[in-house]
Amino acid sequence: MFPKVPTLITSASKISKGSLDDERLRVASRVIDNETLQTDFYLPDMHCAGCVMRIERELGKLEGVLSARANLTLRRVAIVWKHFETNASTLSAELDKLGFKHIPLQHGSLSVDDDSDSLQQLLLCLGVAGFGAANIMLLSISVWSGADAETRQLFHLVSGLVAIPTAIFSGRPFFLSAFNSLSYARLNMDVPISLAIVLALAISIWESLNGGLHAYFDAALMLLFFLLIGRTLDHMMRTRARNAVKLLSSMAAKGAVRIRDNEDQEYVQAEQIIPGDRLQISPGERVPVDGVVLGEGSDIDRSLVTGESVSVFVQNGEAIEAGTLNLTRPLIIEALKTAHKSFLAEVLHMMEAAESGKAKYMRIADRAAAIYAPAVHILALCAFIGWIIVSNGNWHMSIYIAVSVLIITCPCALGLAVPIVHVVGAGRLFDEGILIKDGSGFERLSEIDTVVFDKTGTLTKGEFNVIETHATSVQLAQAIALAQTSRHPAARAVANLHSHSSSHVTSKLSEVREYPGLGIEASCEGRRVRLGRPSWVKNIVGNSPELAENISMTTLWFAEEANSVATFTMTDELRVAAAETIKKLQASKLDIHILSGDNQEVVHQVANQLGITTFFAEQRPADKIAYIQNLQARGCRVLMIGDGLNDAPALSAAHASMAPSSGSDVGRQAADFVLTNVRLSGVAFAHDIAKRTGRLVKQNIIIAILYNCIAVPLACLGLVTPLVAAVSMSGSSVLVVANSMRLHFTRSTLSTKKEVNP
Amino acid sequence: MNQIIILLPIALLLGFLGLIAFVWSIHNGQYDDMKGAAERILLDDIDEK
Repeated sequence: MFPKVPTLITSASKISKGSLDDERLRVASRVIDNETLQTDFYLPDMHCAGCVMRIERELGKLEGVLSARANLTLRRVAIVWKHFETNASTLSAELDKLGFKHIPLQHGSLSVDDDSDSLQQLLLCLGVAGFGAANIMLLSISVWSGADAETRQLFHLVSGLVAIPTAIFSGRPFFLSAFNSLSYARLNMDVPISLAIVLALAISIWESLNGGLHAYFDAALMLLFFLLIGRTLDHMMRTRARNAVKLLSSMAAKGAVRIRDNEDQEYVQAEQIIPGDRLQISPGERVPVDGVVLGEGSDIDRSLVTGESVSVFVQNGEAIEAGTLNLTRPLIIEALKTAHKSFLAEVLHMMEAAESGKAKYMRIADRAAAIYAPAVHILALCAFIGWIIVSNGNWHMSIYIAVSVLIITCPCALGLAVPIVHVVGAGRLFDEGILIKDGSGFERLSEIDTVVFDKTGTLTKGEFNVIETHATSVQLAQAIALAQTSRHPAARAVANLHSHSSSHVTSKLSEVREYPGLGIEASCEGRRVRLGRPSWVKNIVGNSPELAENISMTTLWFAEEANSVATFTMTDELRVAAAETIKKLQASKLDIHILSGDNQEVVHQVANQLGITTFFAEQRPADKIAYIQNLQARGCRVLMIGDGLNDAPALSAAHASMAPSSGSDVGRQAADFVLTNVRLSGVAFAHDIAKRTGRLVKQNIIIAILYNCIAVPLACLGLVTPLVAAVSMSGSSVLVVANSMRLHFTRSTLSTKKEVNP
Repeated sequence: MNQIIILLPIALLLGFLGLIAFVWSIHNGQYDDMKGAAERILLDDIDEK
């Protein structure tokens, strides 16, 4: 489609922070014509008009960019550019410069989406139902205000002609769902809804053909209209969250650079990798498939796979799992398995097994329907039999009253109540950076009594931070300069001291060399300097202090040849607001546990810091899932919060689950909630909102039942005219919606507002 | 009765036009970026290159 551009061998120094590979972006782009491409990015931090303006203007100024259009609702920007005049990494670099985290979207992964298709269908149904209901209501009002016999007759017929095709078209979502549910011999909310609509229409047709007084066309269509509003909102909420989660997933390595036999390089998708391929993994990339290291080694971060936060060194011949992150040097690996058969597949298998247990969960609305529907149908039957006896076998009147009972008891408020509350709740969470994938997540989250946290990447940030420094200002400056040359997390932590240090010493370094697994060496004004593992740095200094190896901390030493030693002590820092969140959760009488893949020492320390008494270290995925299942077998309702691949099966097994967006794809897919905020306080906030939604849903159900308590006796006595049915139906719906809106005004428990981009 | 025979089709036609407008607006993407449109009105026009 476009000329093949030779790929550069990306060395460690070549990759600027955050900028993405040229070719990867090209693969993700949409080809408009021979020279024009469209690249879409997801910008999670774009949230005001100012951001939109800055992005559109700055990108628009770039050479070769034809247009840049931001969508604030979806937080995306679509850039159309000519690939002869610029390249994709320039776009990415510009967004970096503007300070926006950006994720390229794989073209085609979102636009050809079943979800958006069915949303269009629902909106269309809603529009048609609205049209029908409005017109019939107009005719009905004239009938109620006293149209005479012939006119009434005509109006009923016209209403019928509009109502029947409308109901057939717009009612499909309910009819199909009711039919499906009945074919599994279960009752859901859609069964009484469908029955009421069909019966109301049937009796109205019969009435209008026989010149009767009353027709319920208006009530039937209004019911349909209100219910479709609820269903559409519910659908929009779920699509929004799912899309956002999907967008986060496209961040992960979807491919790798394959080295062909003739040493040519090409970028391939992960699915195209076959065992035996040689792949080059640049520093900062994730390994796409299980493989074995060829040639020189590198430091890798396996925290997403094992939960272990300290990086390890792999060398020639050692195995490496899909999902690990290469840190220091370009790695050449030989693929052993395809992407679908990698370590990942094993995890997915465990997840499926765990998920089958959760599928049994029934939503509150359906649970209510299982009791409500039979009760209503029996009531209608009683009314029918009662009137037959009372009226000495007047069939027509008895059927008429039985149907009006069904219409008036139709769970309109119920059908609207639950989705509205969930939508408002999901909107509140979305504003605070929490995505919920399914309304039933609220119900499950509100029922939990035990919280199980993973450590690395969940309670902690999963990255190192220097907490203690012993160094002179000259040493500090030299160490920082040296650290800046590496991508190793420990070196990054030292390099980050740069902004805190007040020293103005600049160091000239030459012959910088990185020794994977050991540290960095360079020459500074003719003398060797080293930053790295204490035991390695010790070799170049004469006298050294005691080597106190403390596993829970990582210590880096820095020294100049035959000079004194500077030490940097670092630790995996806790997430922002972790301690407050744990306190808040403990205050709401939740049991808190830690399950981590990391070693005993480190887990113990974190648990102590947060005041958590129950913790287990060195847990494998199978251990975690067993632990959760064991807890649930004892009757606990568990909320699992974790980010890694090793947590994914446990996330599926738990009653409710959350994953930080920084984690693995699989973790995010498995979880009910995704936290896009770095603060941990989202956990407490989501739990709070879930409990409130639970309360509101119950209130709404009570309102709906109270309304029935008044209306049903009237219907049974045969006093419900179409006017009463229409008014009471909309009245109860409005009441329920108004009650649900109260959730919107819940105050945020997150103390600070979202940080605003400068 | 005569008025009704003229007015009824007109009323239905107008309603139908509204429905068509709604369907058009869905397909046209009028609902794609509700927030952005509200904010954009506050911005100065971006100078075309």
